[in-house]
Amino acid sequence: MTGAGELLVRASNLTKAFASDGTVVPAVRGVDISLEHGEFAAITGPSGAGKSTLLHLLGGLERPTSGEIWLNGQRVDQLSQARWAVLRRRHIGFVFQFFNLVSNMTVADNVELAAIMGGASRKQAVARRQDLLGELGLAAKADAAPARLSGGEQQRVALARAMANRPLLLLADEPTGNLDSSATMSVLRLLARVHADGQSILLVTHDLRVASSADRVISLFDGMVADDARIGSDRPTPLPDVLKLRG
Amino acid sequence: MRMPLLALLAKEPAHGYELKGQLEQIFGEAYPAPNIGQIYVTLQRLERDGLVCSQDVVQATRPNKRVYELTDAGREAVIDWIDKTSEGPRVRDEFFMKLALSLLTGTSDRLGLINRQRRHYLAQMRSLSELGVAADRRIPRLLIEGAMLHLKADLDWLERCQEELV
Repeated sequence: MTGAGELLVRASNLTKAFASDGTVVPAVRGVDISLEHGEFAAITGPSGAGKSTLLHLLGGLERPTSGEIWLNGQRVDQLSQARWAVLRRRHIGFVFQFFNLVSNMTVADNVELAAIMGGASRKQAVARRQDLLGELGLAAKADAAPARLSGGEQQRVALARAMANRPLLLLADEPTGNLDSSATMSVLRLLARVHADGQSILLVTHDLRVASSADRVISLFDGMVADDARIGSDRPTPLPDVLKLRG
Repeated sequence: MRMPLLALLAKEPAHGYELKGQLEQIFGEAYPAPNIGQIYVTLQRLERDGLVCSQDVVQATRPNKRVYELTDAGREAVIDWIDKTSEGPRVRDEFFMKLALSLLTGTSDRLGLINRQRRHYLAQMRSLSELGVAADRRIPRLLIEGAMLHLKADLDWLERCQEELV
């Protein structure tokens, strides 16, 4: 995809309403959102705020009721499902709360398949898989079935799979929603690392610890943006009192 | 810092600088570095209270150093302290006071108030998470993770305030 100088994501006045029992329920109500190349933004908010719906709109998993979406200079909100599927395979990485690994394939095959679907040759896919699993500390698990891994490990495999096609954009939907605190911290460290290598990331989470690893936190309430805050700063913030041990 | 110093002395006698070094070594960058003056004042008070005793040790090439040692009463105090359950953190939240009172005065922009506070917490969270990524030892890492979980609770609470009050 070309489009140097363009914003990576630009969406304007996005809305999405779902029909439910004869009534129309608005989930996203007029959101403008943009993401620069290399940026890492988190979307947060309480359940029902429309976070996941917004991410699904931007990844083409749902079609907006109205509004426009531009991805790297190309208008995409009108694309057919088939065109979206190609776009996702080649240029977008997805990480979900429940990992969604293919259970009857090995860890290695899960990652290689995503690389091949993204246009890599067999040989390139193997090399990419070796790189990613090594980087994520999973080289020893390459031949294991996903079910043999802990939740935290499965999510790391899902992250490797999402990165297998060298995506322009990594979309993550509550990637730590099903993990304990320790596995959450390790996924958080990994996201910080892939971002430091230049990966653009849009992350949905209700966990504000996870959100704080982003450069920008967008707070969604009732389907609308309540705040859009840049939190990465050169000026270190004084540490909070919670760090002061008593004794 | 009385009890941590007593606890360190339960292992072996030490002088002030050694205790300072041990505190830093155990808790790492996450713990505000204790200043040596504070440590000496605390040790003197512990001695006055009969929990430690001290003696000067002559050093050949340097000034004498004062080495502190636990007394029986001190050892008992440490054991009591370790065994006793501790109070959890209390909610003493100035921000919540402002928010609740702003409802009465009706003068301020509540969403703005909450957004500013959230940005402040998020920036603190960000500092903690950078500290956490850099921390390679277990005790400091756990301390930072604990601080992040507390701050997460503050942020969740802020979100609840926004849901209910804005």
